[in-house]
Amino acid sequence: MCDTCGCNLTPGNKHLAFKPVAKGATAVSVLKGLLAKNDDQAAHNREHFDRRGILAINLMSSPGSGKTALLEATLTALKDEFTCAVIEGDLETENDAERIRAKGVQAHQIVTGTACHLDAHLVHDALHHMNLDGVDLLFIENVGNLVCPASFDLGQHLNVTLLSVTEGDDKPAKYPVMFRAADAMLLTKTDLLAVLDDFDPDKAEAHLRNLANPAPVMRLSARKDLGMEAWLAWLREQLAAQRARVAIGQSRRPAIQSDGMKYHNATA
Amino acid sequence: MHELAVAQALVEQVEAVITQHRATQASLIRVRIGPLAGVVPELLATAFPLAAAGSRLQHADLEFTHAPIRVRCRTCGAETEAAMNRLICGACGDWHTQILSGDELLLESVELETAPSLNPQP
Repeated sequence: MCDTCGCNLTPGNKHLAFKPVAKGATAVSVLKGLLAKNDDQAAHNREHFDRRGILAINLMSSPGSGKTALLEATLTALKDEFTCAVIEGDLETENDAERIRAKGVQAHQIVTGTACHLDAHLVHDALHHMNLDGVDLLFIENVGNLVCPASFDLGQHLNVTLLSVTEGDDKPAKYPVMFRAADAMLLTKTDLLAVLDDFDPDKAEAHLRNLANPAPVMRLSARKDLGMEAWLAWLREQLAAQRARVAIGQSRRPAIQSDGMKYHNATA
Repeated sequence: MHELAVAQALVEQVEAVITQHRATQASLIRVRIGPLAGVVPELLATAFPLAAAGSRLQHADLEFTHAPIRVRCRTCGAETEAAMNRLICGACGDWHTQILSGDELLLESVELETAPSLNPQP
């Protein structure tokens, strides 16, 4: 399907393309995703990852829910097992990349200035500053924001969304676009549950299910090393699955977008 | 406020359509947005003139087609409307559903103005 040769016109939508309009004017049916350019770049990024057998994971959450702390603990735990690399996205400062480098892991910081999200082009530029040889796992830490990052495919294979227990347990209901896109939801800082009386992990999970999302929910504290084993096991499992896909020439897009695309193709 | 980025992508796409059809400018742009796309039509409408300034669609009207959220239940098979944060089956209440519509972010159609024919009459 493209808009160059007209093959996106089907018997089903032809009437839209050639309906009569005022003289000197033509109506053209396009039926193309608004973010098609970003999606093309994302597909290109994904090819880069697949060719090298890399599993790319997009970490999203509000600011301060513990994405960098989770990465620090994860990288330390997997140090002898896998080669990891990290792309950090923030509006300003190199601070997060420095925290990752302190763990002996390659990190590239994207400074977005005022942009509230990463897009596929920013990630592609970052990839050119990195050495991906031998990398098994690439983590992309998105800008802390529960709204905008959900709308942009970066070329990742999986979305992981963090929800810290110091936030409200109804966040999935308040930010459905973000949580619907999650392939896994991590409830972080669970060591604080003992002193908080208003966060119910079961309710958070129920809100996620209301979004028709079957993603696993893992409860952990990166700082206190609680529940990390389930998360690490999930990562190992997902990396094995990615290698199996690559072996047979397949790839994977994050959770919900595949459903959406199926529908869009059916429409066009 | 990622609507500005979306507006810029929209301008780029419509410009390509104008060029492809050898038109002079666009007069009407129809966009289909579902609530689950994460893009607010009102904000996109605000960002649009900024992104379109100086382009061949700066005078175009931007029209939105609303896409209601509909889900199909994998358990009972019913197709029902759903709320943005309750995508469960309206018939049996199960959460094992699939989105049928409501997450679209599509450039649906464009109306173009073409220059009067320059071919001299014989």
